[in-house]
Amino acid sequence: MKTILKLAGMRIRITLRNKAFLFFSLVMPMAFFFLYGSVFGKGQPTVVRYLLGPVIAMSVMGTFWGLSAQIVTWREQGILRRFRLAPIPAASMIGSSVLANMLLILPTVVLELLLARFLYHVTSFGNVTSVIVLALAGIGSFASLGLIVASVTNTMQETQVINQLLWFALIFVSGATVPIPELPRIAQRAALFLPATYLVNGLQRAMVDGKSIFSLGVEIGSLLAWGALAFFISAQLFRWEPEAKLPRNAKLWAVATILPFVLLGIWENHNGQLLSRAATMMNERPGEKPTPADR
Amino acid sequence: MANSVLQVEKLVKRYGEVEAVRGVSFAVDEGEVFGLLGPNGAGKTSTIEVLEGLRVADGGKVTVCGLDPQRNAKELKNVIGATLQATSLPEKLRVSEAIHLFAGFYKRNRNPEELLKRFGLEEKRNAFYGQLSGGQKQRLALALALVNDPQVLFLDEPTAGLDPQVRREIYDIIEELKRDKKTIVLTTHYIEEAEKLCDRVAIVDHGKLIATGTPRELKGRSANTTRLEVRLAKPARKDTLKNLDGVVDALVVDGIYVLHCQRAAPAIVALVKHLEAENNELVSLEIATPSLEDVFIELTGRRLRD
Repeated sequence: MKTILKLAGMRIRITLRNKAFLFFSLVMPMAFFFLYGSVFGKGQPTVVRYLLGPVIAMSVMGTFWGLSAQIVTWREQGILRRFRLAPIPAASMIGSSVLANMLLILPTVVLELLLARFLYHVTSFGNVTSVIVLALAGIGSFASLGLIVASVTNTMQETQVINQLLWFALIFVSGATVPIPELPRIAQRAALFLPATYLVNGLQRAMVDGKSIFSLGVEIGSLLAWGALAFFISAQLFRWEPEAKLPRNAKLWAVATILPFVLLGIWENHNGQLLSRAATMMNERPGEKPTPADR
Repeated sequence: MANSVLQVEKLVKRYGEVEAVRGVSFAVDEGEVFGLLGPNGAGKTSTIEVLEGLRVADGGKVTVCGLDPQRNAKELKNVIGATLQATSLPEKLRVSEAIHLFAGFYKRNRNPEELLKRFGLEEKRNAFYGQLSGGQKQRLALALALVNDPQVLFLDEPTAGLDPQVRREIYDIIEELKRDKKTIVLTTHYIEEAEKLCDRVAIVDHGKLIATGTPRELKGRSANTTRLEVRLAKPARKDTLKNLDGVVDALVVDGIYVLHCQRAAPAIVALVKHLEAENNELVSLEIATPSLEDVFIELTGRRLRD
């Protein structure tokens, strides 16, 4: 535990000294925040609150991008093997990745809430505990996803290709950019297989409907279960050395990561209420319906 | 050997089809500085990284301080220190942060501030790793290798790529460690490094250990001979130089004729006469006293810096 804390402390310090990180974790989320708040939400408090779900979800999901790039760079440059010479178990290295990202990204989420409060006069965020718990569960699971991406790719180029593909799927088919009810029916059904959908939807239900963590069991539970599985798998796949070969069954392991959401997706497609709830939530927004889609 | 802290028996390491280490055996005593000398690709790094537990052996047996590097990995890491060849630290990590961080990973550690002072890094304590020169990075690597006060120290090519002045700095540090009776295993492809620093040297080539001994013993193999390095205007006919008076053997290395002879003067006279008769000319001639380089050339027919 001591080792995890030391590693996490070091990683937070060097990440804060990294300009690229500040751009991706602060400038970009803020750009989205103001785009959604002022342009799409026209500064109306209730609409801004509705759009805050997607904004926070994007800050949270971005975790995997920076983390996978960092781990791949560290492996390529032989930084990981220097750490490996010390008595540091793989679990501490990846545990510190998740912990450091929680501590780095959560402040961005809090900043977004504060700006919404003071710039757009959003007076209530529904159930704030649910928002924080969802954000942490999201950071943890998307950080683990980043660790898996880092392990199944060999070069930075490969990593970035996978990151782009994941990112576009996560933001376009989840309600993060286009509200789910406005997606084509087939995309709505596909969205039910993505963790991003549950994160966006959970955040919106927490803030708009004030749902407690217990009423958000499906959203929080699925993210936690997925995060735990992804963390476990990332520990199996972790590679310290650039030359270390991926175990032959590694891609299978990586595919196993999607299992929880395949199951949940199937269930939601048959019995779930996520789509109908999302539609109700969107329709109940006061005022006209400014959406990112009708720019 | 009762007091040997490190044993390697018939070590084999393969990378796919390539056999990098082919049955290497040696032992290192406590307080000894042991050098693996050989050209790049000889299998030195593979050997040392098996000992550090970074690579898994494909055959043979290895113990370090009585520990198996794979099965007792954690205990082993607590008692060894090492500098690696292909390695780095995060660019934005400060020097003092690095030393304090690594000190915190071990059960037993030395005072980080003392290490900073000893390795002349006090002035650079707030510098980022990315801003350090090659020599400063290597000094930091050595300080980090000592942070747990290890029983055995592994130095993989500690001066490769450094300029001569910085190299001498690193020699001074290693000689100081030697005076402290640290057990050190180092790899190098520099002859002078092996001669200067090592109590015993193993010459490694193509994954095999071809000779082991103190530098003096190894040089003793060619102690009574002088080395002549000769360049000729035209290539000499095969074996003609070997048969000259006073010449023990002759090799061609990179277009230079290397003649080992009992006494230099008669051999040179014979050589000059022979060249006149052959209508050949002497372009240059160098007389050298025997060094480990000769041992290497004798054993492998090649120069070390290939």
